[in-house]
Amino acid sequence: MIKKIPTRIFVFFLFLVMVGNFMQAQQRFPKPEFETGYVQPSPTTPEPRSIALEYFDVAVLLAVLSLASWLAIRKRSRRGLLWISIFSLVYFGFYRDGCICSIGAIQNVALSIFDPTYAISITALLFFLLPLLFALFFGRTFCAAACPLGAIQDLLVIHPISLPSWIRKTLGFIPVIYLGLAVLLAATGSDFIICRYDPFVGIFRMDGPFLMIFLGITFLLLGMFYARPYCRVFCPYGVLLSWMSKFSKWHMTITPSACIKCKLCKDSCPFDTIEKPVEQEYRIPEVSRKNLRRFILYIGLIPLLTLLGGWIGSRSHIYLSRVHPDVYLAELIITNPELKEDEANLDIQAFLEAGKSFEQLVEEAVVIRSKFKKGGWALGGFIGLVLGITLMNQVVFRRREDYEPHKGDCFSCGRCMDYCPVERPLRGK
Amino acid sequence: MKKDKGYNRRDFINNGVRITLGLTVVGTGAFALTQSTTGKDYVWQIDPFKCTQCGRCATECVKATSAVKCVHAYDLCGYCDLCGGYFKPGAKLETGAENQLCPTAAIQRKFIEEPYFEYIIDEELCIGCAKCVKGCSAFGNGSFQLQIRHDLCLNCNQCSIASTCPSDAISRVPADKPYIIKGDFTSGEEG
Repeated sequence: MIKKIPTRIFVFFLFLVMVGNFMQAQQRFPKPEFETGYVQPSPTTPEPRSIALEYFDVAVLLAVLSLASWLAIRKRSRRGLLWISIFSLVYFGFYRDGCICSIGAIQNVALSIFDPTYAISITALLFFLLPLLFALFFGRTFCAAACPLGAIQDLLVIHPISLPSWIRKTLGFIPVIYLGLAVLLAATGSDFIICRYDPFVGIFRMDGPFLMIFLGITFLLLGMFYARPYCRVFCPYGVLLSWMSKFSKWHMTITPSACIKCKLCKDSCPFDTIEKPVEQEYRIPEVSRKNLRRFILYIGLIPLLTLLGGWIGSRSHIYLSRVHPDVYLAELIITNPELKEDEANLDIQAFLEAGKSFEQLVEEAVVIRSKFKKGGWALGGFIGLVLGITLMNQVVFRRREDYEPHKGDCFSCGRCMDYCPVERPLRGK
Repeated sequence: MKKDKGYNRRDFINNGVRITLGLTVVGTGAFALTQSTTGKDYVWQIDPFKCTQCGRCATECVKATSAVKCVHAYDLCGYCDLCGGYFKPGAKLETGAENQLCPTAAIQRKFIEEPYFEYIIDEELCIGCAKCVKGCSAFGNGSFQLQIRHDLCLNCNQCSIASTCPSDAISRVPADKPYIIKGDFTSGEEG
């Protein structure tokens, strides 16, 4: 083998030794001067998608949201909403490959607030803001018609089953944790977990790693029976939308006039978001007193839960911080120093090659970990606070005489409007 | 609290909360925007001076065939007959596949004039494995380099190669300067 090394390489090594610099400081082989009139080509650089088109996406989103809100509240048309959602599925899903989306934009906002070196693009910011502002006035019309992830699941609702309320409420708490984690991991610059575990992006792109496609198909199959599982059990943006929608000014209503309490709408809703009229039971003095006692108890629990959550969060910051590649690498080298000799460990080899000192890495990891400690407090406190408020809401009864959609959870899909018999004769006119 | 009909306590609270929520959301957005100086768009790109040619670009991209391709920075090329990026170490200087370093034979070798050869990357075949980049950097001028091709890149919110890149070579770059091509061999020191 050694004999076969051609002279040029030999000369080159000699040259290296002479120059004494292994990096790119010198061009090893000078560029030839051609005699045959050869013209050197230049590398092609295909442009990325133009910014004008990015703004066009925002315009499309705005148009879809406006149209959907009009269809849900004024026109009261389920069919219209369905077609708009199919358009969104095709445009934001299959044409735009599922990126950019409002759900993922949470992380861009979080990162841009906490990382001064990262600047959010106006498109991402608008994708984050517009649906929330619309939800504040018109309910979750974004979920009804503009979200491609919602649309693909909505089309596959085949035989929705209804789960007991306590299971739904427990499952409905997962998005809060997911949201908190996603913000923490994005703010510390560790990872964008919402994008990494986006179940449908692989389907939109018709390409992707196994896990993505597998998750997507699982969710779609599950969605045949538990309608829109991602939206109800995972979607972190849904948490924010739900807060907004709860206080929406004009929310979609089931019936355009007086409710006849036929219960048809409740059966039509695949998401169990229609609440029946509240019986006057809670007005009975004993029940009312019992509820008041629980209410006071729960209010007292809120600060306790917040503190407890924060404490647990800060205690788990060491585990959480391992998501960050630098912390992970530093720990790996400390616990397994023999890995430094391991040629196959690319991360360690690349770190050793990069010339950064180990102390520097540890220093950076310590800074990141201290961020995680603060973040752990915030994350745990946030989860505890939301848990407390959710508990409190369990004993807050509002008078409800008609069947009404739960404004926070309702996706404004409009199925119930289609089923309402009150509207039928009106429509005939 | 007004006693007007149709404006009860609940409406009052609802309106108050709505305004608060609206201001919070807009405020968060505005704050996020003040942190950004220009609000311009970003795309992902590989810094060839940081890249250690680990080969993950070929496997970690969300696309089945990576959006990362080898780009030939001709400015740097020495047009060598014995190309460290083209030939396997110790191979015969013939274009047979067994002599080529590239697993997909994506590099075309073309005779220009004695003793110079031009090397052209066929991007259709290139899988971004960086074998040629490694070879050229080790034995030659380092004119082969990896770049994310923006006609192929989906511009994911979080580049999945970037999160596993061992040398942190992939970062967001302004969309109006989407490529980092090694032009002049001194620019490595500047950058």
